[in-house]
Amino acid sequence: MSDASAHALEHHEPVTSTGIPNKKVLMWAFLGSDCMFFGTLISTHLIYRKISATVGGNFLDIRDVFDIELTSFSTFILLASSLFMALGVSAIHKGNLKSMRWMLFGTIIFGAIFLACQVYEFTHFIHAPGNELTLSTYRGEPHVFGSTFYVLTGTHGTHVAIGVFWLIGWLAYSFTGKMSVAHAIDIEICGLYWHFVDIVWIIIFPVIYLMEYAL
Amino acid sequence: MATESIKYLAPDTENKAKTQVFPRPGQHTTGLIDWLTTIDHKKIGLMYGMTALFFLIVGGLEALLIRSQLWDHNMDVLTNRQYNQMFTMHGTTMVFLVIMPLSAAFFNYLMPLQIGARDVAFPRMNALSLWCFISGGLILNLSWFFTGGSPAIGWFGYAPLTDTRFAEVVGDMGPDFWIFSLQILGVASLLASFNFITTIINMRAPGMTMMRLPVFTWMTLIVSFLIILAFPAITIALVELMFDRTYGTNFYDFLEGGKPHLWQHLFWIFGHPEVYILILPAMGIVSEVIPVFSRKPLFGYGLIVFSGAIIGFMGFAVWSHHMFTTGMGVVATSAFAMLTMLIAIPTGIKIFNWIGTMWGGRIRFDTPMLFALGFITMFMIGGFTGIMHSSVPIDAQHQDSYFVVAHFHYVLIGGALFGLFCGFYFWLPKMTGRMLNEKLGKFVFTLMFLGFNLTFFPMHYLGMIGQPRRTHTYNEGHGFETWNQIATVGAFILGVGIVIGIYQFVSAFFNKKLKPAGNNPWDARTLEWALSSPVKEYNFARTPIIKAKDQAWENNYGPRENHAEKEPLDDHGVHMPDRSWWPLVTALGLFGLAIGMLFHRNIDPSGELVRDYTVPILAGSIAIIGMIMWALEGPGGYHLFPKENDE
Repeated sequence: MSDASAHALEHHEPVTSTGIPNKKVLMWAFLGSDCMFFGTLISTHLIYRKISATVGGNFLDIRDVFDIELTSFSTFILLASSLFMALGVSAIHKGNLKSMRWMLFGTIIFGAIFLACQVYEFTHFIHAPGNELTLSTYRGEPHVFGSTFYVLTGTHGTHVAIGVFWLIGWLAYSFTGKMSVAHAIDIEICGLYWHFVDIVWIIIFPVIYLMEYAL
Repeated sequence: MATESIKYLAPDTENKAKTQVFPRPGQHTTGLIDWLTTIDHKKIGLMYGMTALFFLIVGGLEALLIRSQLWDHNMDVLTNRQYNQMFTMHGTTMVFLVIMPLSAAFFNYLMPLQIGARDVAFPRMNALSLWCFISGGLILNLSWFFTGGSPAIGWFGYAPLTDTRFAEVVGDMGPDFWIFSLQILGVASLLASFNFITTIINMRAPGMTMMRLPVFTWMTLIVSFLIILAFPAITIALVELMFDRTYGTNFYDFLEGGKPHLWQHLFWIFGHPEVYILILPAMGIVSEVIPVFSRKPLFGYGLIVFSGAIIGFMGFAVWSHHMFTTGMGVVATSAFAMLTMLIAIPTGIKIFNWIGTMWGGRIRFDTPMLFALGFITMFMIGGFTGIMHSSVPIDAQHQDSYFVVAHFHYVLIGGALFGLFCGFYFWLPKMTGRMLNEKLGKFVFTLMFLGFNLTFFPMHYLGMIGQPRRTHTYNEGHGFETWNQIATVGAFILGVGIVIGIYQFVSAFFNKKLKPAGNNPWDARTLEWALSSPVKEYNFARTPIIKAKDQAWENNYGPRENHAEKEPLDDHGVHMPDRSWWPLVTALGLFGLAIGMLFHRNIDPSGELVRDYTVPILAGSIAIIGMIMWALEGPGGYHLFPKENDE
């Protein structure tokens, strides 16, 4: 890096009181806030799961709809994507642009596989013959399970999709020739976001899916 | 002034300039374009303040219509539906479009000056917050012109009032406007809070330790944390409600398995911290003003800071006291009653500290001090009735009566609004460089104090003798008339006081005949008073090195070793970030997205529901393009070269 560009970067990343870059503090504050978003959604789901446990007079057994093998697979894929993300952050810190590209690419692909699984899952749940789970009904009877389930997992999916597009943006930017180790902080906060979205899924998967099988 | 400047180009700015759709406004931009593209925290603060004062007049007129309707029994100034719309819009406007943005105006303008920073951490994001706030305010008030008019669901929007099946007008869009407006206002508040938290934690001048921060900055930090932790609850509740109304989900639809009770919980998990979001900034302002006009340091600085933090923390554990009559069960009700009583302790600590500050001081009764004293006394009355409500049996008696209206107006006008007016009278000389007319200021205080008490004190009594709130009229023979008439007269006096006050604030910017203020007209204590009035665009020519609390006071009266030092002038000059169009474009995109979503449903000639997502997708794309261009243009910047002692 030339002296001139080092000089410019000084202006962009001023010394901070804590020594932590501003962008990182911002991301941590956002993630704290996002905890409350998901906390509200998960609470809503669990409360309704308890108080609306029947449908049309019968016990609601959602295992008839869920495809736990598929969701376990997509869970594994999402968790694995975090490894790529971590390696990508590590690569840009070392200035290894080529390695970072491959790692971001891996993260994007795994994120996309997870999203594809979710789209498949939603389509199948809505059209499951005899067990249709829509936003407002289950087996044709009015119910809240579909509302809480789709809005919660859909919000999580939206987070993953935002992450995927964000990473695609950086992957594209890495080909402009302007990217350097100075952008490590930007990839790092992407990583923070990505790991957080993963952690949320680590809560959603047992609480929303696996618990149905522990009855 | 004596400031030379040159255009500064970062090495890659020239390349970026080519990717611009329209040119980035440069250093010497003036007029309308300057205001639209500014990222200066001071100008953004002023725009927040002026917009909020405008909405204060709007919300005030709504209140006066309500008071006119209640002048006598069976009046018909307003129909029952119009009355419901008025109290809904009055509440929503005053909470989200007046008190919060007025606080945000002071946060924006003062906090960076108080910590020795040149701007907030993310200046363009700060501009986006402002434009989102203005968009949200517009969307809420556009509701008057569409099917069903404004929302008539109360500022709390309780289910099932929001259920489409129970709408008084077929296809009522009022609640939809309300939902989208609050979502966008939520974006504004959240972004601003992330920004303030980062700024206070990360951009303090050397030596400005956390326990040297001015109390107002501390309250900014605490309120920002309250906002980022409380707003998600209302945002999700609104998303769920939006899905209910738009896509037929059953979250709050009790006919199909939903529980309206859940809405109340989610609303008040947000709603109670919101009460502290409204009052803590005013407490911060008063904590700055009282020491100055008593010529004593703040008594018990640490206690004031920590009791503020404890109030914020406990504010999350008392929400169900708004729901004592919903039948939550003995355990939950008792727990929330106890916690509510407990929160009176840190509040009491603050009040005793303010009294302790005044004790033995040389008190000057200038207008800011009058408002500060008004704040303490009126807020105490509101606080006492609040403690009464923590007792469940008393709360059950007062529920939905005018007693509650009296209680929260003592907190929000006597408390928050008096505190904010105190802030205007105190800091406008810093913002405009001119002193406000003291006589007129005292006249405004007298009108507001009298009018306010005339309006709301009788409501305690009206509530006790049984007048229900949110009811558009009352019958003859209850003995409500006299006190309602006194309240209505008081409301008009209060209104006149507020309008004269606003006139005084606005004219301070234009009236050249006012006395010049100088740097420190009140002999005040905190860092911003060491700067010139009005403050230069770069705030600090040289970054101060802080040696003590109350640095401006120490500079004038403290021992030598407590005087602030300054970092040497930098050869590179003061780096100023460039103005930007993209915050405005992004906010316009979000505005269009909300409007598009409001109107995306149509009934075609055969009676089928048709959804057309063209406008939302187009507007959403504008927002996304705005964000991408924002990222690509970078902070940019130019350099200013102030002289040695130029600030």
